[in-house]
Amino acid sequence: MAEDLRDVMVKGDEEALGPHIGVFTARSTDGRILKVSQDGGIVSAVAIYGLEEGIFDGFVASVADPDDPEEPWKPRPVVITDPDEVLEAAGTKYTYCPNVSALKEAITTKACESIMFVGTPCQVRAVRKLQIVPLGMRHFPEKVKLVMGIICMENFPYEGLRSIVEELCGVWMREVAKFDIGKGKFWVFTKDGDVVSIPIDETHPFEGEPCHVCTDYCAELSDITAGSVGSPDGWSTVIVRTPKGLEILQDMVDKGLLEVKSIEEVKPGLGLVEKLAQVKKNKNAKEIEEREELNLPRPGEVFTKV
Amino acid sequence: MVKLAYVQLAGCCGCLVSLADTYERLLEILDAVDLVYCQTLMDEREVPSCDVCIVEGAVCLNHEHMVEEVKEIERKADTIVALGACAATGNFMRHSRGNQRGRPTHEAFVPVTEVLDVDYAVPGCPPSPETIETFLVLLLEGKEELLKPFAELAKKTSYCGCDLMEEIINKSMCMGCGTCAANCPARAIEMIDGRPVLNKDRCIKCGACIVSCPRFLWIGDEPIIKAFDVGKVEEGGE
Repeated sequence: MAEDLRDVMVKGDEEALGPHIGVFTARSTDGRILKVSQDGGIVSAVAIYGLEEGIFDGFVASVADPDDPEEPWKPRPVVITDPDEVLEAAGTKYTYCPNVSALKEAITTKACESIMFVGTPCQVRAVRKLQIVPLGMRHFPEKVKLVMGIICMENFPYEGLRSIVEELCGVWMREVAKFDIGKGKFWVFTKDGDVVSIPIDETHPFEGEPCHVCTDYCAELSDITAGSVGSPDGWSTVIVRTPKGLEILQDMVDKGLLEVKSIEEVKPGLGLVEKLAQVKKNKNAKEIEEREELNLPRPGEVFTKV
Repeated sequence: MVKLAYVQLAGCCGCLVSLADTYERLLEILDAVDLVYCQTLMDEREVPSCDVCIVEGAVCLNHEHMVEEVKEIERKADTIVALGACAATGNFMRHSRGNQRGRPTHEAFVPVTEVLDVDYAVPGCPPSPETIETFLVLLLEGKEELLKPFAELAKKTSYCGCDLMEEIINKSMCMGCGTCAANCPARAIEMIDGRPVLNKDRCIKCGACIVSCPRFLWIGDEPIIKAFDVGKVEEGGE
């Protein structure tokens, strides 16, 4: 008998995490996913499940080619319609990728009618706004079936990421097998099996400045949020926000596609997510105030000044 | 019942087509209003007194009858709505230089927002059916608080894709999500190195790019939380 997610989930601080139904820890039960996923492979598992079940006919995500001769690891947004291709998009890219722009391709070129979108908190906000007011996107709202967010503190421009990896870590971009941020460090895993890390503080100068006016750490308006923070290595913290998100995750648990645990049983636990969410909110609220002193508009309020 | 007039000036009628593209929901909207003027749909030659006048299209300043009609709107309507980019921002009519065979003297086109005291503007070329529907429902229900963004937009009378540079990227606001590129009806925006790059020759000045940008205009979390039941525990839970 599969577990009832409602028995496993706990509620956290909504001030920090945003409105939600519950939080738990999970990982995919599919070895193929875990081999390439960033953490617990939740996003990939949901996408594969949804495409196979016919709940989605398109998955908008980002793909990076580690072997690109000019710009290795530079991501581009893609529309995936074949569940066998989902794993090409697995893993976090740590640089900007205009995922929202691919929604146009999903609807027009690929004629998708039920789309799953995954993106950073700011991208989730962009999609949600479009679902309410799809200014230039005819019949868009009903075609988005699931919006997944990933936990995000900040992002790096591509050349910023390259500087971190090549100059600070001393690894060529084309040699990288995987990036990670955790335990206060930026990690690079090479194709040869080497592991290089630098303190996360050293990467701060390369952060995208536009990230510093964002106070959303946990993609507060998504259907489901996933991220590594709070869960042990190889597992993901999952924040369920909407009835639709809960229905999908419960069905996946019932079908044996997800292994779940209470987040209260694991280290470092939900407290760390709440703490870091609050750190982002406080830090960036201060940045917004400082910009206001220069008579610069608040994010989302530029239109009132023009 | 709200008396509604729909006036078409210099434009392509695409905004009315977009409104009709709400399918059966169009009937609900028509049921909720008393349509008193709309030359495409009914035989009525003079704009009568009305509560709301929706204006589509730009104003040709060289067209005497059109200028008269615009003055008439000011006298007859309580609330004026500029629907679509031509009425709101001039749109591709901004590129007109006249000297065309049909009407060689027609060269000066301005958005309605430049010559009338417009209450609300809905940019886009055309605004999507869902955008028009959302706006009209808010208007008919008198939700002034939620209509505020449309009221603010009525103050901005010209747009260009380069607004993205000046208002978003120059202000260190652009997080490269690609919303602008997705909304551009002219495919004038390409995302390069995580930022929009404008092909000026393709830009029709409709404003869809910057108005859809979440950093330019945020609609608030509340309408989204409500629409998608974010954080809502269903009955039978707990």
